[in-house]
Amino acid sequence: MNFAVLQFPGSNCDQDCVQVLRNVLGQSAHLRWHKEKSLGGADAVIVPGGFSYGDHLRTGAIARFSPVMQAVRTFAAQGGPVLGICNGFQILCEAGLLPGALVRNRSLQFRCEHVYLKTLTSDSPFTQGISGDQLLRVPVAHGEGCYFADAATLAQLNTNRQILWRYVNARGEADEHANPNGSLENIAGVCSEHRNVAGLMPHPERASEAILGSTDGRHIFESLIQWLTSRKAIQAA
Amino acid sequence: MTEPVITPELIQKHGLTPDEYRQVKEILGREPSYTELGIFSVMWSEHCSYKNTKPLLRTFPTKSSKILVGAGEENAGIIDIGDGLAIAFKVESHNHPSAVEPFQGAATGVGGIVRDIFTMGARPICAVNSLRFGEITNPEVRRLFSGVVAGIAHYGNCFGIPTIAGEVYFDKSYEGNPLVNVFCLGVLRHDQIARGAAKGIGNPVFYVGPATGRDGLAGAAFASQDLTDESAEQQRGAVQVGDPFMEKLVCEACLELLATDAVAGIQDMGAAGLTCSTCETAARAGTGIEIELSQVPQRGPNMTPYEIMLSESQERMLIIVKQGREAEVQRIFDKWDLPWARIGTVTDTGRMVVRNHGQIVADIPAKKIADESPVYQPEAREPDYLKQVRAFNLSQVPVTRNPLGNLQTLLAWPTIASKNWVYRQYDHMVRGNSVVCPGSDAAILRIKADCLPGSANETTTLKADKFIALSTDGNGVYVYLDPYEGGKIVVAEAARNLACSGAVPLGTTDNLNFGNPHNPELFWQLRESVRGLAEACRALDAPVTGGNCSLYNQNPSGPIDPTPTVVMVGQIEKPEHITTQWFKNEGDEVILLGEAADVGDPLFGLGGSAYLQCVLGQKTGTPPRCNLAVEKRLHETVLSLIRSGWVKSAHDCSEGGLAVTLTESCFSQMARETPRYLGAQIDLTAFSSIRLDALLFGETQSRIVISTTAAHAEQVMAAARGQGVPVARIGLVGGDSLRIATGDGALNCRVADLHDLWWNAIARAMK
Repeated sequence: MNFAVLQFPGSNCDQDCVQVLRNVLGQSAHLRWHKEKSLGGADAVIVPGGFSYGDHLRTGAIARFSPVMQAVRTFAAQGGPVLGICNGFQILCEAGLLPGALVRNRSLQFRCEHVYLKTLTSDSPFTQGISGDQLLRVPVAHGEGCYFADAATLAQLNTNRQILWRYVNARGEADEHANPNGSLENIAGVCSEHRNVAGLMPHPERASEAILGSTDGRHIFESLIQWLTSRKAIQAA
Repeated sequence: MTEPVITPELIQKHGLTPDEYRQVKEILGREPSYTELGIFSVMWSEHCSYKNTKPLLRTFPTKSSKILVGAGEENAGIIDIGDGLAIAFKVESHNHPSAVEPFQGAATGVGGIVRDIFTMGARPICAVNSLRFGEITNPEVRRLFSGVVAGIAHYGNCFGIPTIAGEVYFDKSYEGNPLVNVFCLGVLRHDQIARGAAKGIGNPVFYVGPATGRDGLAGAAFASQDLTDESAEQQRGAVQVGDPFMEKLVCEACLELLATDAVAGIQDMGAAGLTCSTCETAARAGTGIEIELSQVPQRGPNMTPYEIMLSESQERMLIIVKQGREAEVQRIFDKWDLPWARIGTVTDTGRMVVRNHGQIVADIPAKKIADESPVYQPEAREPDYLKQVRAFNLSQVPVTRNPLGNLQTLLAWPTIASKNWVYRQYDHMVRGNSVVCPGSDAAILRIKADCLPGSANETTTLKADKFIALSTDGNGVYVYLDPYEGGKIVVAEAARNLACSGAVPLGTTDNLNFGNPHNPELFWQLRESVRGLAEACRALDAPVTGGNCSLYNQNPSGPIDPTPTVVMVGQIEKPEHITTQWFKNEGDEVILLGEAADVGDPLFGLGGSAYLQCVLGQKTGTPPRCNLAVEKRLHETVLSLIRSGWVKSAHDCSEGGLAVTLTESCFSQMARETPRYLGAQIDLTAFSSIRLDALLFGETQSRIVISTTAAHAEQVMAAARGQGVPVARIGLVGGDSLRIATGDGALNCRVADLHDLWWNAIARAMK
């Protein structure tokens, strides 16, 4: 598959995503500069982590105006899969492609550590084949990852099963101690109503090689690759 | 605008002595202008010129077959790591700015050292820091501590560099004068080494990065004075403000530009800003340089030449471009939306000529100001307090009756306690190369193809990933109590940490944090500790590739403990040699390499120990001795055992002694709020001739605790004996408690309880 990994000024996990997609998972992946107006025929878009525009004004608030984001909007509207990681999640929320917002961690401190994630539904391109019992050990690294949405939005997210991942402890329970940032309902990642756009604060690309201590993050990319493969097969048929 | 008249008071205010001023006049053949006075003042500050330390620094071993760029040549040293690749690294202090404004002081420290590394043409791939603060119980200390940590986190995280290792000590002597030593390492191909030289007569000189403001005026000179309440207040304007986002853009743009081969020379504007970068590049190339200040982007109106030349506004670079290649520079900097300006030309006059709207405001021989700063050999005298230190003996110390209570106290002592409160605020995993994260003896980083800066010809491809290990150390209390032995231990411990992780040292960068060099007792501390550092670097094959001196560290109640810190970098041959400090499996054998205690030391390793300090409230006694031949043999032995595949964990004995080492070996961290505990049953009854406090908490040097499978234990014993290293089987891994049996009874505690004290101590103190 062909992945476009967006590159904004201040992106710093862009290269990490390319490394995993290309060298670990054997996909085609290329960086897409924010001033580009097209996605170069990509099958999927990754909006990577980092500090786009130095988090000036608000995380993701400036990046959403970059020319490439218009192409991402169009791509998403046509059902193309878009995954935002960390700052990418923040950008997608600012761009209105995902519900809710990410605010300052409740500790008021940046947090970098491994967490456990529980996958709540396999009904999305990013969670196919990931069972709820199979906890994912993946690192977080953010200062503003506290997921917030109003009560109506939260209710809707729950009803539509748009919450893809929650922070849990080693026993799979979404308790307060497992939550690194104070997110409502321990929400770590959500998807759009049409399920083709998703965002999460943890970094699956940092948990995709055994030498880095965990390969659990690979499941998310592999799910997406599998989804793209079967869609291609259907389109071909 | 009229410039101030130069008076003796003005000269003194600029930190120049009457003799130095005479030398200025001799060099110029006339009285200096106000701008020139400012230029000499910063260039001849200790921070830029090393005028009080140069003769000492020359005693460091600085050569090895792997050193490609040596100490003092450029902005950072460079070492070969094989296959045509190299690493550039250096440590630098930002102590005074951090005392005044902890967040920006520390943040800009990171910014400065990161720039030093990409200036060399290397892509920065990790950061390390070494910090010192007063007692954490003091609210003002907590303010400084949290500010510094947040500042480092802010800059490093946003720039996107993993802060992968560090250390923090808390001691009253640093109250009001914290130490903030920051380190950066980058990677590059041999043919990508960039030079800070203004080569090529007629080449244009470019200024790149944000506009010059009045921030950070003469910061280098400020860093070269005693820090007092008054100076701190007056000098608040000398602290710069950092923008890591800008730095990220400047770094990416510079690396992209360097790959085009359009650059003749490059230098960052760090300490002494435009002044230092222009005269140093000209001095290195043996050329001259002429700049026009009206072309320099300026943040404020009506800036004077003096202000423009001395500003330390951050994230600025000076680039000497090959004639005819200007368009490439413009294209790349426009792509990254970065300000740039052509401000001057390389000349053949050997002079640094500064004009403002055409009028000459400074005209100085570049080589003379850069290389011929005054050099002093300050007077040194052994301090009086050492008599008392040496008189201390154990007859004054009752043997402990509560070893478990002592162990618990030590584990919760902030200097020993886990630093997770600190490193969880740093992104220590970005770039996906952090193989061993903070929390083990040394951090380990992978170097893979995407770590390299871009290259037009891609001459070198990375055949296999490489692995480097990093450790930073510097026990200032030992150095205070015995500068020479303490200096040796600083280096020995760093090397030992590398050995425990499976690495062989490549080189060392040092940061000398000391008091006023004009105080003979303080200069003696400096001289003696450098003697120890140099001897240990030589003995352990870890040559010095550069570093930094920070003198004048003191607070109203006195000087800081003399604190040389080092960051040592080593290489690990194969990934299977990567070793961490925590126990791995139930049933493994625990083996002590080295003596249970140094019986030739009248204090058995308790002098200057954490035990004496935190349990008995005494900071005294001659610290443990370090026999470098013994140390070297130990490192070689543990490395050969690791390479044999027999070592499951290795952890060195340092602060808190054997008991703390064993306890820490029982912990590892799986995820947030999810520690992994693995207890051990330890039997030290064979050592009952040693005083209990010395056996458990003594800090005898040259010791490592390893674990191995029962099947390999005998081979390990035989191999160690064969290499002349004392060795003892001291127990088994297993269970959920740590039990240590001694000739004076056993101590026994649940690992979870010990972990809670150790892991949460700093968070509790910061609440």
